[in-house]
Amino acid sequence: MSAKKDKELAKQFYTVMYRTRRFEEEVFEFYKRGLMPGLAHLYLGEEAVATGACATLRDDDYIGSTHRGHGHLVARGADLNRMMAEILGKETGYSKGKGGSMHIMAMDKGILGANGIVGGEIPIATGAAYSAVLRGTDQVTLAFFGDSASNEGTFHESINMAAAWNLPIVYIIENNLFGISVDIRRVTKEHDLYKRAVGYGIPGEAVDGNDVYAVYEAVKKAVERARKGEGPSLIECKTYRWQGHHVGDPGEYRAPEELAAWKAREPLIVFKEKGILTDAEIAEIEESVNKEIAEACKFAEESPYPQESEAFTDVFVD
Amino acid sequence: MRELMVRDAIREALDEEMARDNTVFQMGEDIGVIGGNFKTTVGLRDKYGDLRVKDTPISEQGFVGMGVGAALTGMRPVIELMFADFLMVCGDQLFNQMAKITYMSGGQCNVPMVVRMPIGGGRSSAAQHSQSIHAWACHIPGVKVVVPSTAGECKGLLKTAIRDNNPVMFFEHKMLYTTKFDDVPDEGEDICIPFGKARIVTEGTDITVVANSRMTIYAEKAIKKLQKEGISAELIDLRTLVPLDTETIIKSVKKTGKLLIIDEGHISFGVTGEIASRILPDVFYDLEAPIERMGTADVPLPFSPALEFPLIPDDKKIAAKIREMV
Ligand SMILES: Cc1ncc(C[n+]2csc(CCOP(=O)(O)OP(=O)(O)O)c2C)c(N)n1
Ligand SMILES: [Mg+2]
Repeated sequence: MSAKKDKELAKQFYTVMYRTRRFEEEVFEFYKRGLMPGLAHLYLGEEAVATGACATLRDDDYIGSTHRGHGHLVARGADLNRMMAEILGKETGYSKGKGGSMHIMAMDKGILGANGIVGGEIPIATGAAYSAVLRGTDQVTLAFFGDSASNEGTFHESINMAAAWNLPIVYIIENNLFGISVDIRRVTKEHDLYKRAVGYGIPGEAVDGNDVYAVYEAVKKAVERARKGEGPSLIECKTYRWQGHHVGDPGEYRAPEELAAWKAREPLIVFKEKGILTDAEIAEIEESVNKEIAEACKFAEESPYPQESEAFTDVFVD
Repeated sequence: MRELMVRDAIREALDEEMARDNTVFQMGEDIGVIGGNFKTTVGLRDKYGDLRVKDTPISEQGFVGMGVGAALTGMRPVIELMFADFLMVCGDQLFNQMAKITYMSGGQCNVPMVVRMPIGGGRSSAAQHSQSIHAWACHIPGVKVVVPSTAGECKGLLKTAIRDNNPVMFFEHKMLYTTKFDDVPDEGEDICIPFGKARIVTEGTDITVVANSRMTIYAEKAIKKLQKEGISAELIDLRTLVPLDTETIIKSVKKTGKLLIIDEGHISFGVTGEIASRILPDVFYDLEAPIERMGTADVPLPFSPALEFPLIPDDKKIAAKIREMV
């Protein structure tokens, strides 16, 4: 890669990671101020995964997301205003306030939906990959899901079919070691989840999920493979969430030392240590992202709530 | 009687039954170390150990099915699903296996198993975490279905459920877990509430109101307010849907001549329609007005509170309905 391209990619990475970070911080603020209905599962600390993975995609590719989906959406270029409005339950949100944090969907960006059912989106993403084959396109689908989702039957059923039929999909496990309070190491014998790929006869790889470059390189290879019709891959990104399971969970079941160790090498720090961008370049990105985020918050806060009658639309289409 | 939060009453029932019978054990997501998503099992893992209060991976079909296998071989599993909405992901084990094995075997075996799970909207949890789908369970022969309201009911009915020799699906209401009720028997009292016996919450003469779960609480509030307006309503809390205490409903309707049935499930093809048609032959000539029913509108539950609240019956809507009917 040329030096210029290196810079461009680095700027893109930092922009998306920082945008996700700031977006999530503001979601948390809204929650604390009592302006966000319900709960939200924050992506804080895991920004490098979605950022690196989505950077490998074409505009017409698809992603499947989860309950912890804000980061995937931001990385896919979803509209921040409409995302934040949805999270506040406003009429201007992506789903007109019907979905909320856990169900933001943005079909215009190939985002097949966040999902409230753990493992629920894995077959759907796999279906999108099958559809690409049926339609004769070379679109690729990325399916993001957590370590614990990989213990649902949907994961095993889907990955087996994708492998058997060489479907153009990449399964990305965001291994943050926990499913709510349950440490994955208490409920699985083999803690390296990527090794499951062997059983399905597909490539499997683990990467440092806090290093955006490591994620990018691994996913890029897998996406290229999928696009050429060579079948699916499984990539395990080892990472950690900063907050509890959701905004209302203090997360006291985790060892403070473990959290501190992961925070010490969180995605933005790992990125900066590479020294690709100057302090001035970073400051410039941060300033412009902060403006976007402030605007999204203002837009969401000032947007009206939906009319009651809105509840009765979209059950069916004509 | 003592005052307790619903979640603590549930924990007491689990604790007492585990202490009384060492074949009782629990499985579920996050029920061990943190004592449950809604804090209904706090302290039980410490007391009874990891094997009897098992934190599972997110594998509902697996651990619900394991409950069936354990029940067939001498244990009394109490399985927790974090939300009732997740019964769809383990529907086969619940409805094709748990519910039918006794029958299919010609009575060679039984499945003494309880599956606990919270229903209910009102928390901006959107379409996949807010459903009141207890009617689904009622539709499958072979499952008993419990829909408790107060803390005392939760405790007494859960103890009965655990001792029952059949599969029981126990639907708690997520918005009641931290509500206090003063109807919990004193410590040391071993009170089981029988299935199929509705509770008359308030006696009245103008109209019969039949409800369950949180709707009982809303209806009671509405009826108290209406008493000041001179309206006398009789409130019946069903407690269990399978078996269903039609006798208490019929007796009341014969007295009042009017019937309002309230259930938080979607209105169509659900609990209210079933009750109305089941009792109609017995009260046809006693009715002074058509039977009315209230439930959640037939749309998936939306996230925004601006959309969600208008869809679910509450005390104000119930009071308005009763006023309209009497
Ligand atoms: C089928 C199903 N079971 C349980 C839940 C409750 N739940 C929501 S998120 C979650 C943990 C998911 O863990 P993981 O897949 O590792 O994702 P993470 O939250 O760590 O990102 C659980 C148990 C659910 N939403 N759906
Ligand atoms: Mg996890």
